[in-house]
Amino acid sequence: MEKHKKALRAAFPVTLPILAGFLFLGTAYGILMVTSGFSPILAILMSLLVFAGSMQYVAVNLLLGAFNPLSAFLLAFTVNARHLFYGISMLDRLKKTGRAKPIIIFTMCDETFSVLCGTTPPDDVDDTLFMLFVSLLDYFYWAAGTALGALAGSFITFNTEGLDFALTALFIVIFVNQWKESKNHIPTLLGLFASIICLIVFGSQNFLIPSMVLITVSLFAYKPLYNKKEAVKQ
Amino acid sequence: MTQKQIIITVLAIMAATMLTRFLPVILFGKSKTTPKFIEYLGKTLPYAAIALLVVYCYKGLSFSAPKDYLPMLVAGAATMVLHFLKGNTFLSIGVGTAIYMLLVQVVFK
Repeated sequence: MEKHKKALRAAFPVTLPILAGFLFLGTAYGILMVTSGFSPILAILMSLLVFAGSMQYVAVNLLLGAFNPLSAFLLAFTVNARHLFYGISMLDRLKKTGRAKPIIIFTMCDETFSVLCGTTPPDDVDDTLFMLFVSLLDYFYWAAGTALGALAGSFITFNTEGLDFALTALFIVIFVNQWKESKNHIPTLLGLFASIICLIVFGSQNFLIPSMVLITVSLFAYKPLYNKKEAVKQ
Repeated sequence: MTQKQIIITVLAIMAATMLTRFLPVILFGKSKTTPKFIEYLGKTLPYAAIALLVVYCYKGLSFSAPKDYLPMLVAGAATMVLHFLKGNTFLSIGVGTAIYMLLVQVVFK
């Protein structure tokens, strides 16, 4: 029990920006679903079963359109394909997680991934429990936000416009942390330029998949140089 | 759509999303020796992926009017500079978000 408390105490503070962002975006999602004519239960179910912010927003229009589950499947795979990157990045760390592994994978999202790869818990905190608690807290924030918006959206009056920037700021902070902590900036720069080039060429709606392809290709093109650098270090 | 069709659509979206999450672990999680190229990706991708995420946040940027780009750029730059200098997560995110909210709610009303 002591172990759990310690892990929760380490996990909670790093999820605070996500608490702000998810409550805001989750609430907005709940309101959007209900005002689009869906039941609060469906809104909450979407957040519990799919748990993928941008896809859930896209899905509102899908659910309002004609029945086409195959295209819904393909679109969801495309929009969420970046999770493949997170899985590959986390393979090693996930190996030691035992029974918590399916839960951590099930609840993997941009925010949880960025926090997990940007922070290692203190030495006396169990890494698996730390990852589990970060994942579950974020999952809970999103579901709670959705429920709040779906059930009580009409009572929310204070101006929260712009609060979602907390998530952008979180990614920027992780970006800076990685920059400070790593001596080799090439992977970061490849990711940055590949995505910017694809954003310009393919436009904001279609740039994710081309970016992932270009990042993978350019990382492989860089591999021989990377290996040389690593060899020099050792 | 009927109730049943909605449920099928939601399940299709869920299945695709879960596939993106579980596929790497299903393919490469079990083996004792991860293939060399996956190991390399595991080391370098986290950096490229965070860069992609930052760009992803800025994908809606438009340069047609100052209110469409200034708040995002100013608040993002403030977050970045503050974090480079002080390295305090809460300060950087708090100040960055406050600047953004002030810009979109008051300045560029």
